[in-house]
Amino acid sequence: MFDNVNGVELTVFTILFIAVSVLGFVAARWRRADDLEHLDEWGLGGRNFGSWITWFLIGGDLYTAYTFVAVPALVFGAGAIGFFAVPYTIVVYPMLFLVLIRLWSVSHVHGFVTPADFVRARHGSSTLALLIAITGIVATMPYIALQLVGIEAVLKAMGVTGHVPIIVAFAILAAYTYNSGLRAPALIAFVKDALIYVVIIIAVIVIPYKLGGWDAIFGAAEKKFDASPNPGDGVVLAGPAQLQYATLAFGSALALFLYPHSVTAVLASRDRNVIKRNMAALPAYSFVLGLLALLGYMAVKAGVVPIGADPEAGVPGDGNTIVPLLFDQMFPSWFAGVAFAAIGIGALVPAAIMSIAAANLWTRNIYVEYINKNATPKQEAKSSKLASLVVKAGALVAIIALDPEFSIDLQLIGGIIILQTLPAVAIGLYTRWFHRWALIAGWAAGMAVGFWATYQIQQKVFTSPTEFTVKKEHFGGSAFPLEKLGFDTTYTIYAGFLAIVVNLIVCVVATLVFRALKAPEGEDATKTSEYFADQDDPRLRDLPEVVH
Amino acid sequence: MVDDVPESTRQTERSDRSPWNWLLLVPLIATLIPPFYNRLQPDLFGIPFFYWYQLAAIAIGVSTTLVVYRITRR
Repeated sequence: MFDNVNGVELTVFTILFIAVSVLGFVAARWRRADDLEHLDEWGLGGRNFGSWITWFLIGGDLYTAYTFVAVPALVFGAGAIGFFAVPYTIVVYPMLFLVLIRLWSVSHVHGFVTPADFVRARHGSSTLALLIAITGIVATMPYIALQLVGIEAVLKAMGVTGHVPIIVAFAILAAYTYNSGLRAPALIAFVKDALIYVVIIIAVIVIPYKLGGWDAIFGAAEKKFDASPNPGDGVVLAGPAQLQYATLAFGSALALFLYPHSVTAVLASRDRNVIKRNMAALPAYSFVLGLLALLGYMAVKAGVVPIGADPEAGVPGDGNTIVPLLFDQMFPSWFAGVAFAAIGIGALVPAAIMSIAAANLWTRNIYVEYINKNATPKQEAKSSKLASLVVKAGALVAIIALDPEFSIDLQLIGGIIILQTLPAVAIGLYTRWFHRWALIAGWAAGMAVGFWATYQIQQKVFTSPTEFTVKKEHFGGSAFPLEKLGFDTTYTIYAGFLAIVVNLIVCVVATLVFRALKAPEGEDATKTSEYFADQDDPRLRDLPEVVH
Repeated sequence: MVDDVPESTRQTERSDRSPWNWLLLVPLIATLIPPFYNRLQPDLFGIPFFYWYQLAAIAIGVSTTLVVYRITRR
């Protein structure tokens, strides 16, 4: 398990890891509540985080360890297409600026904890709410599992193998999340982000200097892609990939804040201005992500060979190891240790928030709805705490017992399926024009198209620009070739984008049909003014007339 | 003066509408049309246009969002 281990790296990594674990437990006392046995406290940190905490929390939540290793890996392997992460995280904030404040306001008034809570009240359909909740849980689970892939990449680069270290790390994470709830990742996010910023800023100054400047780095990348037989890679986008690039960035941005863990972080903020300010300030992370993506090219120039790769035989190896290996090669051991800790801790924050969000969905939309209708706040909190343990155990089993490739496929589909909740959640914040049954029909159609489209996508290994062997028959990526729909073109489109278009069309048509049939509409428990409420406005549960 | 309006009317008059919100479209247009920037030249310190343009577009996103936030703050 510890052959060829770099002792200095591992020591620095372990010390930092233990330090944040202590922080995770101490967090229970931070901004202490009267009573942690309430979902608002355990699951939303008291709904009272200010601008700074929210900035670190959302930043720590969205820019995950997996992103940090997978985006540069994609750039390393395919070039420009991997840079989609930058437009993706540019457009998401202005696009959702107005949407999220509405979600916050109505949730504040009604005490909603999950997106499915909102759907339940808005559309008056518990079936629709259940579908939204299940979609959220299914989309989140593989995302948690992938955070383990991030930690594993770092451990591999340090020479640590075997599953025991990952099990220990996740057990500690599970314990302090159980103990402290959302306060734990909120506090740890400060450390994570500080480390990430320091590491990346130093990396983009020191590494290009050592490698002979940006000219040399991009020159090496061009040479690599010129020599590669794959017509789809390159330092700029190949013509047909441009539609994929734009739709992938746009579709991913639409999906991002539909993920339950993003909603959790948004609802934990104190007021509308906190959210607005953060929509302006969060792109600072996008800049870091853009610089990180360029580490992929630096790895090309530095001649990094991924662990398990055999370039002669055309075996690509584990691309996720290239950033850790680059750090290992370029930095003194102690600083590489800091960098690895940044990535490792970077996995803990989102994993904690995601498990809390999934647990809240379970509690609010399945446990309270179907199992224990009269649950007390204390029982709700208890149910969520236990569910967070189950969710993490599930993720661990998925990585250890199954092929990690399975989790990667699921996460790819996860982005596509969570996007199918857009009409009910995001559009639902603006209008009730869609019939509730039409939303269910649209969701089902979108899911079906999403699965069908990704199933059709092959992963190809090119032997010449026109010849290839199929490495993977199904779920080989998210770029759906439009020729499969009968178009005479080589253009590809993001499969999720195709699915949401079909979803919306079905929603419109089915709404017209259900209206014509006079199908019952269902009751809207929300009022227009509630979508503009702010912190000083009363919450429903504080009003005397609704206190039971 | 706003203070003269009774509490109940003020509630219903609340809205997020503002012509400034249209500014939020600028970053989308700037980044979601790859033919605008899918090229190598002009480069900056050896970084191809494709990359430095998109990194610079982050500043466009921040400034437009910030302007809308400052102006529509109440």
